[in-house]
Amino acid sequence: MNLIPAREIATQETPRKLRITVLRHNPSEPDITPYLQTFEVEEGEGTTLFIALNEIREQQDASLQFDFVCRAGVCGSCAMIINGKPALACRTLTRDLPDHVQLAPLPGFELIGDLSVNTGKWMRHMAERVQTWLHRAEETISLDALEERQDPDLAEKIYELERCIECGCCVAACGTAQMRPDFVGAVGLLQLARFKLDPRDTREDADYYQVIGDESGVFGCMTLLGCEDVCPKELPLAQQIAYMRRQMALIK
Amino acid sequence: MVAPISRWPARLDVIQGVTGLLLVLFMWAHMGFVSSILLGKDAMYFVARMFEGEPIFGKPYPFLVSIVAAVVFILFAVHALLALRKFPSSFSQYRALSQHLGWFRHPDTLLWVLQVITGFALFFLASVHLYQMAFHPSDIGPYASSDRVWTGRMWPLYLVMLFAVELHGGIGFYRLLLKWGVFLGDNPKRNRRRLQKIKWGITIFFIVLGLTTLGAYMKIGIEHADRAGERYVPAAKLGGE
Ligand code: HEM
Ligand code: SF4
Ligand code: SF4
Ligand code: FES
Repeated sequence: MNLIPAREIATQETPRKLRITVLRHNPSEPDITPYLQTFEVEEGEGTTLFIALNEIREQQDASLQFDFVCRAGVCGSCAMIINGKPALACRTLTRDLPDHVQLAPLPGFELIGDLSVNTGKWMRHMAERVQTWLHRAEETISLDALEERQDPDLAEKIYELERCIECGCCVAACGTAQMRPDFVGAVGLLQLARFKLDPRDTREDADYYQVIGDESGVFGCMTLLGCEDVCPKELPLAQQIAYMRRQMALIK
Repeated sequence: MVAPISRWPARLDVIQGVTGLLLVLFMWAHMGFVSSILLGKDAMYFVARMFEGEPIFGKPYPFLVSIVAAVVFILFAVHALLALRKFPSSFSQYRALSQHLGWFRHPDTLLWVLQVITGFALFFLASVHLYQMAFHPSDIGPYASSDRVWTGRMWPLYLVMLFAVELHGGIGFYRLLLKWGVFLGDNPKRNRRRLQKIKWGITIFFIVLGLTTLGAYMKIGIEHADRAGERYVPAAKLGGE
């Protein structure tokens, strides 16, 4: 945690020099072995890793690859390993980091190049496999009838779980997912818990069991809780995984 | 409704947890009984005869101890068999795990690794001990046990096993509660920290108790070394004869 008030930082005389080391590798250039490259950047007030990396790309090395879209912790594309912990680069203030910052791409995903990984491909595969979308039994939806009402407390709970941005931090931090590539990960279990909570989804427990009732699903999770400890949205992953485990274990 | 797939993954998960829980509870109770030596030789003598059913049947039946040992052994074997599913089992899994541990310093993941290592050690350590209890059930008593610990050179095994069991069982207990969502309540992060403190408290308590107890048996064993094999006669019986 940073306790220095912003004004104090502004009056500091010499700005800090940050050394940012990036694990560089481009799979489309297989002849070049992966290597570490260190850049120096001057820290400004409120510099995030997003700003620092852009500065490097603009002023020092245009070939550096990394992903950003929203720069506000919403799109989930900028997750990377920051000093040994998966986190969102756009939400990481450099003043919370030591002078030397080490960056690596998220493991467990297809590498596009340098810090850019294809989390989208992984997420899509997972979503199709365990069907993380709303399933409704009835075929026709009447456009004339009033919408069903939902209890505000329940809506709040569903909304809470809906906040997942599919950044992939939980998968990178999960020893199980790293050892077993077919494991759904906390993100998949969380998303199913969200639909299970939703009365508009007419799936039964047995339907959920069908997709996560084995060791590539909820019973593969070993409760290492890496996911819970790194999720940038602070989602209650341990609790939701335990909930799915209880529901799936008690099924007849 | 879709055709149900096998319910066995669910059952196996429950069985692993239940056997683990029973083993932890047994180990904690067991430590309580064994440490009766700290209250004196007569206390331990009484506990040992109690497990042989003397207070109920009027005379000791050591085969009751064999039965307990056999039941524990079955629990232990089932638990270990199921735990095997969780061990990294191929080169690629070991490599993935070691790379993961290489960059990710995460306390709970390290606890799990410690659990796997201590669990593996228990395969061997606990088997030796359970075999002995099952087939020499009558050799439990203030002198018989102390002679085994010292003259029989079992103390190094017990010393290593104490740490392995307490660490493994303590971590297992903690993870078991989290795994099934017991104790998380409405503030999972705070309650998890509390649970961690409780867990370490229990583990440290049992390790200290275990070391003290082992020390007591070793001391009696050393003093009794020249008369090793001779059985203890309780003060009450001596007085009565
Ligand atoms: C007295 C002996 C033992 C006690 C008290 C004990 C206790 C426990 C408990 C409570 C758990 C948590 C269960 C769960 O996560 O579902 C556990 C898990 C585990 N045990 Fe044991 N256990 C014992 C012996 C063994 C042995 C001999 C092995 C070795 C093969 C072993 C290997 C494991 C492993 C690898 C796990 C983790 C499983 C997972 O991640 O789900 N345990 N143990
Ligand atoms: S659960 Fe958290 S860490 Fe995992 S993908 Fe969603 S937001 Fe990211
Ligand atoms: S609790 Fe552990 S094993 Fe389960 S999903 Fe999270 S990190 Fe993976
Ligand atoms: S850029 Fe969208 S979450 Fe970081």
